[in-house]
Amino acid sequence: MARNPFRSEGEMFKLLGVVIAAAIVIVIGAAINTWVGVAFAVIAVAGVVWWLMQEPTPGAADPAPKLDSGTPPGMHRVLVIAPPGASTAPVPDGATDVVVVVPALATTTEALTGAVDDRRAEAERTALGLTRTLSRDGRNVRGEVGADDPVQAVEDALRVFGADEVLVVGDDAAVEQIRARVAIPVSRA
Amino acid sequence: MVAHAEAHLDHHEEHPPVPHYSSRISPSILGMYLFIGSEIMLFGAFFTAYFFIRVVNGVAWPTPPFHLPVYVAFLNTCILVTSSFTMHWALTSVKKNNPFGLRAGLLLTFLMGLTFLLTQILEYLRIGFNTSDGAFPTIFFCLTGLHGCHVFVGLTILGFMTIRAFRGHFDAEHHHGVEIGGIYWHFVDLMWILVYMTVYIL
Repeated sequence: MARNPFRSEGEMFKLLGVVIAAAIVIVIGAAINTWVGVAFAVIAVAGVVWWLMQEPTPGAADPAPKLDSGTPPGMHRVLVIAPPGASTAPVPDGATDVVVVVPALATTTEALTGAVDDRRAEAERTALGLTRTLSRDGRNVRGEVGADDPVQAVEDALRVFGADEVLVVGDDAAVEQIRARVAIPVSRA
Repeated sequence: MVAHAEAHLDHHEEHPPVPHYSSRISPSILGMYLFIGSEIMLFGAFFTAYFFIRVVNGVAWPTPPFHLPVYVAFLNTCILVTSSFTMHWALTSVKKNNPFGLRAGLLLTFLMGLTFLLTQILEYLRIGFNTSDGAFPTIFFCLTGLHGCHVFVGLTILGFMTIRAFRGHFDAEHHHGVEIGGIYWHFVDLMWILVYMTVYIL
């Protein structure tokens, strides 16, 4: 993870300190000869870029603590992550409460420009369809649109829904990433 | 045992949809990146013109018979760099609930920024050339003038911050206005170092 000097005044002040140090080096080089100053400037710019690429705070790149959830006795809560277009999900028989989250999967360009309305509409349709399908067995089912990253969508959902297990429909890579992030069973459907 | 999806999802007829944004990047961070991007393009355009004039012409810099006030500019640089330290002192003070440090830091920063700007204006009056004298004076005034505009904006922000500080608007928990203004002021300082190195030193 690279530094973001615009994150806070403190980080910006550190960058300024580094730039001042680089400027002193350039002034010394330029006092010898203009081309020496230019060479020092190139080295100084490389040094500043290298500094910016460093980890901002020790431990910031460590894996975050695993998320856990507590469920009241007598209930079995299942969080279902399904891609847009999914028509069904094999929810376990004992499930009493189900939350279906459909990530509004978008390309990086769409995400950065906020042009995700179509993706969200598609995710809404899928969530609505899955909710209707799964609630036919008498479960308490709720559907919602999640973040554009499946792992982020799981994290968001677990903050408000204490699931006992996570069921991921059709994405092996996402299953592995979610397993690394949560402390409850994660299975692939 | 009710399916809640209809109530949860079909809400568009009643009122406008809830605004949403990508979880990959928050609006404030995206806004800051766009600001940085626009500033890089703005200064980049002038730096490109500067390097074009200087490298393509292949003549001595500054073009004879013009001379740049290197030492006055160095003094001005020292003043501006010092103002960043007082800015940092102000923010450190407010985080420690020290209103004196906040007010003194902001006031000193403002005064030093004003000194920088006034000195630059005085140098413009005494420098002996104008934009009509060729490409070198033009790009000199454009680069330093563009930075001067940023200092003016920074001074305006600092002025509001200082007034608010004297009115007791900031404390250890609520000082976002000082934080953002501080980032901007350091950015202005940083850009001056780049301008000074490029135009006056190298």
